[in-house]
Amino acid sequence: MKAAIVVFPGTNRERDMAAALEKAAGHNSKPDLIWHGETELKGYDLIVVPGGFSYGDYLRCGAMAGNSPILRSIKEQAERGVTVLGVCNGFQILTETGLLPGVLMRNAGLKFICKMTHIRCERRVAPFTGAMAEGQVSRVAVAHNEGNYFADEDTLNRLEGDDRVLFRYCDDRGNVSDKTNLNGSQRNIAGILNEKGNVLGMMPHPENAIDPIAGGVDGLPLFESLAKAVMERA
Amino acid sequence: MKANVTVTLKRGVLDPQGKAIGHALEGLGFDGIGEVRQGKLIEVELDETDRAAAEKKLDEMCRKLLANTVIEDYRIEIVA
Repeated sequence: MKAAIVVFPGTNRERDMAAALEKAAGHNSKPDLIWHGETELKGYDLIVVPGGFSYGDYLRCGAMAGNSPILRSIKEQAERGVTVLGVCNGFQILTETGLLPGVLMRNAGLKFICKMTHIRCERRVAPFTGAMAEGQVSRVAVAHNEGNYFADEDTLNRLEGDDRVLFRYCDDRGNVSDKTNLNGSQRNIAGILNEKGNVLGMMPHPENAIDPIAGGVDGLPLFESLAKAVMERA
Repeated sequence: MKANVTVTLKRGVLDPQGKAIGHALEGLGFDGIGEVRQGKLIEVELDETDRAAAEKKLDEMCRKLLANTVIEDYRIEIVA
C-alpha cells in the first residue's frame, strides 16, 4: 500500500497515523510524510490528512489548509478515485475544501473535549469499514474543540438517504442518543463519506487506538480495512 | 481603499458563544438583553480605486475564504 500523509505547519498526529498504517499494512509499507509545500501528489493508493492545528486553525479550523495548493492536488486525486481519509483537523479541512459537505462547528458545550468515547459503525463499506461489522462499537479517543457537525436539513437527509453516515457517537452498547452526543453534532454524526464513497472524514482518532497498552485496539479494523481494500485493488 | 468585512453565523445556526455572552451580561446585572450573537471583523486594505471593482473582489474573497457560507453570512463595507 502506497500511502501519503500530508503534514501542514501545526499538524501533530502524522506519526500516530503512520504507526497505525504500518501496523495494519506491514512494515514494508511505510507511508510518505508529505510537507504541505508540495503541489503534486501522484501515484498514491491512499492519502491521509491527519489531525492537529493546521496553520494554527486561523480564521476557521481547516480554512487555510483547505485552500492550500496541496489540497487542490488531493481534490484531483479524490476525483480520480484515490482513497482519502481525514481525521479530526483532517475532517475539518476536507469540509472546508468542499470534498465533504457540512462544517465542524465549535463544540456545543464550548469546551475542548479530550476523552475516550464510543462510536458505532453504521455500514460496511469496502475501503474503510470492510473489516468491521455493521453496528460494531469501537472505543476511541476524541480530542477537539470544533467537532460539532453541522449541515442543513436537506444535506443531512441526503447523507442518511445515501447511507453516507459511517460513524455515530454512541454508548458502550451502541445506543445512539442525545446523551451520547458529546459535542452537539447533528444526528450524532462522527464520520461521513463523500458521494463516491472514497473519501471519509471523521472526528475521533482511530490511529490512537492501535496498541493494547495505550488506549486499546479498537481503531485497528479501520486501518486493516484500508490495507485490505487497497491491496485487493492493486 | 479600506474595507471592513463582518462575518456572522447565519440565522438559524445555533451560536453557543453568543448565548454564553448573553448569560454573562445578565450575570453582570444588565437587564433587558435579547439574543446576543457574535461574529468577526476582518479589515482588508486594497490596492484598488474603483469602488465597484473592490466590492466585487471582496465578495469573491468572502465566498472563497473569509466566510464559510454553509453557516456564515458576510457583510462588506467600504470605509475609506
